[in-house]
Amino acid sequence: MKVLKIATAGSVDDGKSTLIGRILYDTKSLTDDKLEAIEEKSRQRGFDYLDFSLATDGLVAEREQGITIDVAHIYFSTPSKSFIIADTPGHIEYTRNMVTGASTAQASIVLIDARNGVVEQTYRHFFINNLLRIKDVVIAVNKMDLVDFSEEKFNAIKGEIEYLASKSEYKGQNLTFIPLSALKGDNVVDKSDNMEWYKGETLMHHLERLEPEDINDVSQTRFPVQTVIRPKTEEYHDYRGYAGKIYGGDFAVGDEVAVLPSETKSKIKSINFFDKEYQVAKRGSSVSITLEDNVNVSRGDMLVKVAEKPTIAKQLEATICWMDKEPLQASQKYYIKHGVNDAQAKITQLKSIIKTDFSGVEENPSALVLNQIGDIQLKLSKPLAFDAYSKNKSNGSFILIDPKTNNTVGVGFIK
Amino acid sequence: MSQNTIQVDALESEAIFIFREVVAQFEKPVLLFSGGKDSITLVRLAQKAFYPAKIPFPLLHIDTGHNFPETIEFRDRLAKELGVELIVRNVQDNIDSGRVKEETGRYASRNMLQTETLLDAIEEFGFDACIGGARRDEEKARAKERIFSVRDDFGQWDEKNQRPEVFDMLNGKIDLGQNVRVFPISNWTELDVWSYIEQENIEIPSIYFAHKRKIFVRDGMIWSADDDVVFRDEEEEVVERMVRFRTVGDMSCTAAVLSDAVDIVKVVEEIRDSSISERGARIDDKRSEAAMEKRKQQGYF
Ligand SMILES: Nc1nc2c(ncn2[C@@H]2O[C@H](COP(=O)(O)OP(=O)(O)OP(=O)(O)O)[C@@H](O)[C@H]2O)c(=O)[nH]1
Ligand SMILES: [Mg+2]
Repeated sequence: MKVLKIATAGSVDDGKSTLIGRILYDTKSLTDDKLEAIEEKSRQRGFDYLDFSLATDGLVAEREQGITIDVAHIYFSTPSKSFIIADTPGHIEYTRNMVTGASTAQASIVLIDARNGVVEQTYRHFFINNLLRIKDVVIAVNKMDLVDFSEEKFNAIKGEIEYLASKSEYKGQNLTFIPLSALKGDNVVDKSDNMEWYKGETLMHHLERLEPEDINDVSQTRFPVQTVIRPKTEEYHDYRGYAGKIYGGDFAVGDEVAVLPSETKSKIKSINFFDKEYQVAKRGSSVSITLEDNVNVSRGDMLVKVAEKPTIAKQLEATICWMDKEPLQASQKYYIKHGVNDAQAKITQLKSIIKTDFSGVEENPSALVLNQIGDIQLKLSKPLAFDAYSKNKSNGSFILIDPKTNNTVGVGFIK
Repeated sequence: MSQNTIQVDALESEAIFIFREVVAQFEKPVLLFSGGKDSITLVRLAQKAFYPAKIPFPLLHIDTGHNFPETIEFRDRLAKELGVELIVRNVQDNIDSGRVKEETGRYASRNMLQTETLLDAIEEFGFDACIGGARRDEEKARAKERIFSVRDDFGQWDEKNQRPEVFDMLNGKIDLGQNVRVFPISNWTELDVWSYIEQENIEIPSIYFAHKRKIFVRDGMIWSADDDVVFRDEEEEVVERMVRFRTVGDMSCTAAVLSDAVDIVKVVEEIRDSSISERGARIDDKRSEAAMEKRKQQGYF
């Protein structure tokens, strides 16, 4: 069965955790022991309803404060599909955790509190969804029960988001608008009786219809080498398997390949997976490849078909989402991790800060602070073989690591 | 030689990718081996990740002294077959030397004591990455865990301050004294693990399958009465039933379930239809709502 990965987004208290709990409840995915725990805790707290956010807010601090701090991954399935939903935090301080949850998602549900409409965090999350190029985005206008299920309110919010979307660079996105009440269950799994005016599908119905697909929908061949397998046994004396996961395209025995960045050429001699040999290996597969010639290949190198070379360069331009309390400034040095490859990177230019409400950019700022998104230029200590993020998500993204703290401080999307 | 095209299943491919990252990024990794189905699955994945080379790190078992005998026998045989080094450290040693105190009474368990022994072993061997079989679907604190999860000197999990983990890039850079817990099957569900065991025809200890056992019932849970590890009141009646275990931890905290699933096909069917979660049969989680999170903060697996 195929798996659909979904992330939630939206401002604090807009009802993300409640919605996921509601989905689990209405699809009967909560086991008896988990449901009992939620019932008991809700009673203890004196609620007259079931607090579904308890199903996913797994940390003590989260339950104390009634907010989500870190992303939770929730697994459930319906007869037709398996789902992984990332319940992400809405609080601005934890935007980095929202990015963590959203980065691997194919679809996203952006919740908006119908009473408050589009707020600052909605802009930011919607922008990040676009930056990540998430294909299917559902705008779930929540808490409709608190605005008398008003069609007018719903349409106003819809209009505002459509306007934002019209200004986004990414045009491949499918937007769907659904009015719902996560708490009461309207239009989540079951169709609401309170909104006759809404003719569309329920949220679950919509999600069930989405086709799971590879987030790296690319055709060019990319095989980054993670490690070299050398058994050092008599039987496999000369064996040198280049182990890695295919980031794009299909590789076949006999293909003429180039080893990057050196551009040395060779041919694929064998493709192995465990104790079997194969003729062809598909994108996403973790395999081992051996080459005809005794060429020099080590971790971080990349095999590609000779005619399908990516950019090989010692500098790059990217949009970066900053995730650390220490601001990013021009001339600072970081480690860069590009896939499985490491190098050092120096910020040669901080070009602009991008306003997440799509209203433009601020040119030549002095720093990029926590949760800001900006355009930068990097100089690298060695050449990397990369693609634009729009061409290959895996080979077009990177992280920056602060050498002082070893923390992951930013995620970059190559132009 | 086969003419086939290979498309490795996404979960398997992801796990193998993670194993290879561990070996590339760390100097002294170790696989925490409990003898349970999840760690057996890990061993198979590790074997695939580095084939035809041997698994390039040892297995570490923290033995509570309360393990099912089937598990121990299985563990030793597996290590021998694969030719990997097996390190065993005993909780009993820490109890004997007075470093830790054993719990007493009705719900006494050695589960918590494992943490101390694990931290000692990490220090003794200087392990910088400990690979474990935890899954995010197991428990709601575990649902928050990263794939590379950084721990300090005391093994503590700083759950409010985890590193972002985007796409499949894994940041294994750590300071001296820190180590990383690695969870290659984070995104697998219990059913995924069982389906994989079935598909790969992986051998697992016999207690996972339905068998006749002397048991007693307490608080709606089924406990083994075969040995004197689980504390039993005089008035708690012993009966014989067909049962199996869904998780195989320390005997003192692992309850059985009534079951007729005598083989893997039936087990997979049973899991698919189950209305109780896997850890619903673990008394260590029932102690309090935050039981798992607290244990993790202290350096538990
Ligand atoms: N009336 C009403 N209340 C709702 C609805 N959905 C959520 N709530 C309430 O709104 C509050 C916040 O809900 P959460 O689910 O915790 O919000 P969240 O989006 O997960 O918040 P963060 O994770 O902190 O960003 C809770 O008190 C919910 O009971 C709804 O549809 N109607
Ligand atoms: Mg929440």
